This record gives sequence, C-alpha cells and structure tokens, in this order.
Amino acid sequence: MEAIKICNLTKKYRDLLAVDQLNLEIKKGEFFSLLGLNGAGKTTTVKMLSCLIKPTAGDATVGGYSIVRQSEEIKRKIGVSPQETAIAPNLSVKENLELMCGIQGFSKEKTAKQMQILSEQFGLQKILNKKAGKLSGGFQRRLSIAMALIGEPEILFLDEPTLGLDVIARSELWDVIRTLKGKVTVILTTHYMEEAEALSDSVGIMKNGKLLAVGTVLELMRQTSADKFENAFISIVKETEK
Amino acid sequence: MKIWTFSKRCTKEILRDPINLFFGLGFPIVLLLLLSAIQANVPVELFAIERLTPGITVFGFSFLTLFSASLIAKDRESAFLQRLYTTPLCAHEFILGYILPMLPLALAQSLCCYLVANMLGLPFTVNIFYALLFHLPMAVFYISLGLLFGSILNSKQVGGICGALLTNLSAWLSGVWFDLSLVGGAFETIAHALPFVHAVELGRAVLNGNFTEISVHVLFVIFYMLAVSAGAVLLFLRQMKKQ
Repeated sequence: MEAIKICNLTKKYRDLLAVDQLNLEIKKGEFFSLLGLNGAGKTTTVKMLSCLIKPTAGDATVGGYSIVRQSEEIKRKIGVSPQETAIAPNLSVKENLELMCGIQGFSKEKTAKQMQILSEQFGLQKILNKKAGKLSGGFQRRLSIAMALIGEPEILFLDEPTLGLDVIARSELWDVIRTLKGKVTVILTTHYMEEAEALSDSVGIMKNGKLLAVGTVLELMRQTSADKFENAFISIVKETEK
Repeated sequence: MKIWTFSKRCTKEILRDPINLFFGLGFPIVLLLLLSAIQANVPVELFAIERLTPGITVFGFSFLTLFSASLIAKDRESAFLQRLYTTPLCAHEFILGYILPMLPLALAQSLCCYLVANMLGLPFTVNIFYALLFHLPMAVFYISLGLLFGSILNSKQVGGICGALLTNLSAWLSGVWFDLSLVGGAFETIAHALPFVHAVELGRAVLNGNFTEISVHVLFVIFYMLAVSAGAVLLFLRQMKKQ
C-alpha cells in the first residue's frame, strides 16, 4: 500500500517551473530519498506534500488524503523537519519538546511518555535543560527531528537534515535516522550521494523540477552501468543535457 | 490550550532576552527619572509628572512593536513557523499566540511607569487605573504593528524600521518631548492625523480627570488600532500562504 501517491504535481512561480508534472508512488514504511542538485525542486516538492504551499496543477495523496482539499487531515499524519533547524533558541531542549506536545494537544501523561521515548532515541537526556540555541549543529538537528516525531506521524519529511554538519556529526545523525527505518515512512531530500546510498530503500533523482529516475541504489547503478552510485547519479543528470 | 502553549513559548522567548527587558521596562523608567530630574532643576510645563507619565508610557509601547516583530521575523527566518504550519495549529491560534503574551507585558510596562511616577510625586488616584485601561488600545495598536512588520520584514529590517524609525517617529509625533504647535504647519497636521499624539493626550486627559475631552482621542486611537490589527491579520495570513 502506498503512503504517498503523486499525480502530475506541478508548481510554477511566475516564469520558473519549480516542479514539472511529477509522478511518483512511495510505499508505506519505505525510506525514500529525493536526490538532486540545488534548485532541482526537492524542497518545493516536500513543501507541497506537507501542505505548506499549494500546487499549480496536479494533486497528491498523503496518507490517503488529498494535498489540495484535505490539508487539515494530512497535518495530523505528518511530521516535518525543515532545511533550517527550526527550533526555539531561547527555550531549553525539554521546553521545545513540550511545546510540540502542547501543540499536538497531548495530556500530561502522553507528554511525559513522548518526551522519554524521544529523548532516549535521540540521545537528548543529558542536555534536556540546555538552551536549544546553545547546542552544536548536530544536536540541533537531532532536536529538530525529535520535534517532528512528537506527533507520532505516519510520514516524516526530512529536508536536507545533515546540511552543514561535519563528517562525524553527519555519521552520528545517520545512525539516529536509521533507527526510524520501517517504523515510519521517511521522505528525505539531500544532495549528498553517500547519504542517499547509506539510508534509502529507494531513490528518486530530480533535475530542473523533473523526476529523471526512480529505483534502488543498485538498480540505478545497473541501469547506468556505473561502478559507484555517484557515477550513476552524474550519468543520469548529464544524460538530460544531451 | 494550544494558544496557551504557543503564547507561553512566545513569552519565554521575549522575556529571556535581556535587551528586551532593558528596553521594555528599564528604558521608559530611565527616561522618566531623567526628565523628572531636569524638571526639578528647570521647570518645564511639558515635563510635569502628570503630563510626562502618560507620554512615556505610550512611548514605551513602541518597543512592543520591536519585540513582537523581531520574534515573528526570526521565527520565519529560522523556519520555526514553517514547522508549526505543518502541525494542527490554526491561523487564529498563531495570531492570538503572538498577540496575547504582549498584553500583560504592556500592562506591566505601564504599571512600572505609573509606580515610578508615584514615587516622583504623581498623586495616587483612581484615575491611574482608568489611564491604564485607556492605554490598552494603543498597546494593541503597537503589538499589531509588530505582527504586521514581522510578517513582511526580515529581522535586520525589523531592527531598522521598528527599532530606529518607528520609535523616533512615535516620539517626535506624540508631543511628549516638545509642543507640536511650536513646529506647526504640515508637521503638526500630520501629527494630529496619526494616533501617537491622541494616545498621549487621551492618557493625560484621563489621568487628570478631564473625561469630557477624550472622545476625539478615543476615536482616533480605536480607528488606528482596528485598521492596523486588520492589516496585520491580512499580512500574516498572506505570508502563511506564501510558505
């Protein structure tokens, strides 16, 4: 069963065609990566799927609901960790998590339970009382993802979660993200090949708003006769320039 | 409940910034003390405590615009608002969540000004409570102006426009620091077409028990409060859609 079904999804900003007739299906529980260079349309796609912006044409169902007509229902089924860290800097880690629980309308008991589960899962127990704005980049991203998971979403959008992190912080965050596999449907946007390769069940490659290829890392490598995934990506992206 | 949660967060963000506390509570009191000291040495009718206190109170509200606009602009820039737009929080909950925490802050600011004024010789009468009440529409005007600017400007622009331009304009055009008739002409006409001087005159009239003089001032302040609040809501909703 598919968690997301996209039909001819299009977004146009005046002269710029940001997403061009996108068609895609993502299965329930799948870890799907949208890969592409800057300006490929990845973030715009995520923004449409998470009901932040309306499509110019086409539609998509997220958790069975239309992004055009049923945004309120979708908001109860998704969690989003935006490209920027998107945390309240003057609030402690605990207060940030409590804020998200309050916005979801959780009881005291449910709040306490969610706080315990997520702070353990993301290794936040020792820094619960620290101001979020004073955390390292890696821990701010962990907090950001934990905040997105507070509402127990069926579908999680991670927009460039490791952007700007050093190698160690990125690798540690990958370990945390891996723990989500199979529990929720994850849609990750990235322009790091190794990230998509390390985490994804399947990958979609975008360029200039178009989806160029979809498949597992191995399928895409086989399709392009490439020895490395990076070469497969380059081959697919360059193919459209010919 | 959701509004309460979001309001609590906004209050914490504002109160945990020491610069906000200094400008919000400290600066108006410093001005009150300074101008009263001048008044003690060189008496000027304009700086008499019963005329000065409502003026400084209204001027202090201009910092509320800076606080609320900065908070909203920063929330937009850090994508914190974007995150919240993907949650079940509704548009009216966002707007009230930003506005409501500023009201007790405005009340605390006014109370501090009047308490210090009492220590400086302002007689303690029931009119102080009426003055505090009649200051509230102007506080809402400044808070809504913050919502409006925060919806269209980035945090750097907010610093310039709300921090420097608005505070200066609302000071010059309010008749707190100098008598507007001394400048006269277009300056005085413009000042009387805007709410700042009316808010100050309203406070002065109420504090001194001249309730027969307040109707024009009340109308001006309420009109601007409603117009700016409506504009703020529209612009906030517009930026919500533009995500």
